[in-house]
Amino acid sequence: MSGIARQECVFAQPFRLLIVDDSNVMRRRIERSQNLPQLEVVGTARDGREAIERFVETDPDVVTMDITMPHMNGIECVEEMVRMKPGVLILIVSALADKATAVEAMEKGANGFLNKPFSDRQLNEALEELLGGA
Amino acid sequence: MLDEQAIRTFLHGTTRYFEVAAQQPASVGSPYLMAPGELELHEYTGVIAVSGRRDGIVYFTAPRGMLTVLLMRMNESDVSHENICDIVGEVANTIAGNARRDFGNQFMISVPTVLAGAGKKPQLPAGSHPIVIPINWRSHSARLVVALR
Repeated sequence: MSGIARQECVFAQPFRLLIVDDSNVMRRRIERSQNLPQLEVVGTARDGREAIERFVETDPDVVTMDITMPHMNGIECVEEMVRMKPGVLILIVSALADKATAVEAMEKGANGFLNKPFSDRQLNEALEELLGGA
Repeated sequence: MLDEQAIRTFLHGTTRYFEVAAQQPASVGSPYLMAPGELELHEYTGVIAVSGRRDGIVYFTAPRGMLTVLLMRMNESDVSHENICDIVGEVANTIAGNARRDFGNQFMISVPTVLAGAGKKPQLPAGSHPIVIPINWRSHSARLVVALR
């Protein structure tokens, strides 16, 4: 297969995105603001437990993950999702701004970290960077 | 009681929230010690419980009008009561979470609790000396209150 044909093949199948945040406003904001053509939103979840259920149902390639959530926090979710699908790309989107939390999330398997609050541009740059490694 | 550096952390977090999320800076007034019995709330209040190295609460209280405009600045067309409750909790969560940049990960925060309407008041921890940070944004006034031991 030529390089061009391979590229067409990638765009024919967009990356499947799952958005996890306990805030409805934030879930809708991420869904509305992300504008990468290679991303398709396949589901949202409002807490850790629901995130795992949606993850199994929708089989996403990319996840945006809040940390402070009811039932199961985002770092526990990252660990579980990476266990189920080691190649999944996870962008932490959290207000928790300390280095130790970012390091812990990365050690559990997250691939990027975006602090709240964020602009639309920062969100798209973070997602683009995440996909750049795919 | 909060020292000057800790107060500056919350001032910075509040300023940054409006600059980035609403893309319109807020004017943050001089912080002051809450007077005994002074617990005035706006229509909506997002409360974060803090535990770990510090304990207490951080709350953001704002009128519906301000929160409606804030949602609209974020291109959110659904300004229902549910989304107003959601955003007031999210503001409190974001400012409290950002404070970990300075306080570290032992500054542990809860998910937000939202109080809507008159009659419900947050429980200030005994022995705390709550600091009030006045916030003016567009034509609206709100407050961030930090009550930590």
